[in-house]
Amino acid sequence: MEKLAIPIIQPQEVSCCGGPGGPPAGPHERPGYQLCPYVMDFVESPTGPVPRLASSLNWRDRLGTVRARLGLRRNNYRVAPGLYCVGQPDRQSPVLVTANYKLTLDTLRKNLRGIPAWILVLDTRGINVWCAAAHQTFGTAELVKRLTLCRLEQVVEHRRLIVPQLGAAGVSAPRTRKQSGFEVVWGPLRAGDLPGFLANDSRAGGPMRQLTFTLGERLVLVPVELTLALKPALLVLAAIFLWSGLGPGLFSLTAAWSRWLVAAPAFLAGLLAGAVLVPLFLPWLPFRAFYRKGLVAGLPAVGLLWWFGAAISGTESAALALICLAVSSYAAMNFTGATPYASPSGVEKEMRQGIPLQALMGLAALVFWLLAAFQGGGL
Amino acid sequence: MKGYRYLAGVVSLGLDVETCVGCGACAEVCPHQVFMVEGGKARLADRDGCMECGACANNCPVAAIVVKPGVGCAAYVIQKWWQELTGRSGATGCC
Repeated sequence: MEKLAIPIIQPQEVSCCGGPGGPPAGPHERPGYQLCPYVMDFVESPTGPVPRLASSLNWRDRLGTVRARLGLRRNNYRVAPGLYCVGQPDRQSPVLVTANYKLTLDTLRKNLRGIPAWILVLDTRGINVWCAAAHQTFGTAELVKRLTLCRLEQVVEHRRLIVPQLGAAGVSAPRTRKQSGFEVVWGPLRAGDLPGFLANDSRAGGPMRQLTFTLGERLVLVPVELTLALKPALLVLAAIFLWSGLGPGLFSLTAAWSRWLVAAPAFLAGLLAGAVLVPLFLPWLPFRAFYRKGLVAGLPAVGLLWWFGAAISGTESAALALICLAVSSYAAMNFTGATPYASPSGVEKEMRQGIPLQALMGLAALVFWLLAAFQGGGL
Repeated sequence: MKGYRYLAGVVSLGLDVETCVGCGACAEVCPHQVFMVEGGKARLADRDGCMECGACANNCPVAAIVVKPGVGCAAYVIQKWWQELTGRSGATGCC
């Protein structure tokens, strides 16, 4: 009978699934919820545990930043609204208000290293502070609602909120005070100035209140411009192919292909001029209206037509130059929305001039391109 | 804004100096330094620098500022025109 005695296997000896498993579930894990990788741990407060954010970014955050900057998944890159914190905040620590666009929260927390603070994240539908303020999602109503939901008055003893200056189009300081009893202190324009602002008794000096649009700040916007242009650009490229095939024999696939190979680069050169050269050289391009800046930026691209040399006729050159300039002008006009200084009244005014001009140029390009197919000679 | 200037004489910004109490809230929130407070009253020091974000009017305690706020974005304007023309909303993928 002794042979039947089965040795008791200790749990730690079982290694069939690649080891003894990870650590046991933590006290903050809840069924149906997932802990965010940017939350380090939780701080106890009178209203319950508050997630403490890491004040440095890891590879996951950086990958997310790159994706958002490329315009991929940019519209759903958000964190849950509510109360967070950094460092070891107490009941006197400042409360910083921000948006629930992950890129915005990342920018904020990485600038708060060594600073204890509460962070009140509003539900801005995953949009940055300035754009959300324009749409009132970063606004007085949401701010008052969120600080009530978070029972902020139980977390801190003071009644002061630091709201980014660019949120002022949505948040009204007088109305916030009336509705919640909290005083709004306008923080600096840039999160990078927060340590200096907080060290200076929450007072912003001149440069902290002034906008800039540096080369770096402009260049970082270019990938999104190109991503947004991708879908319409593919449609136009397909249309150019079809249009290029029209000719004396009604439609020729050979002509469509060979003429597309010339017309497509002209279109793409115009797009790159408007969406890349314009942001790059913005302060130095002549004229104030963006559609005119786009025309200027398109000129070097037109110069590329010389590259085709004698291979194309005069009519074809005219068509390509026109399409290139029209597209460059249009793409430049679209960059208005990414700049921090174009007024809606101004944009509307220049569009009433720019769009008819661009449409006329585009139409003329189509006519010339078709005409050239009947003239023969060139391609 | 240093190094940049947009179209002149187009913005919808107006200040009623009579009503103004000179609190300076407009000058503090304006990202383009459009306002200056002198002698207990605000004045439009750089009206053409305005981008019509609406921060000043939103924070004026006595409603002395009028501005038609909005976003200066061509894609947004096209969307708006399209809506007025057809009655349908067309999403452009941006603001």
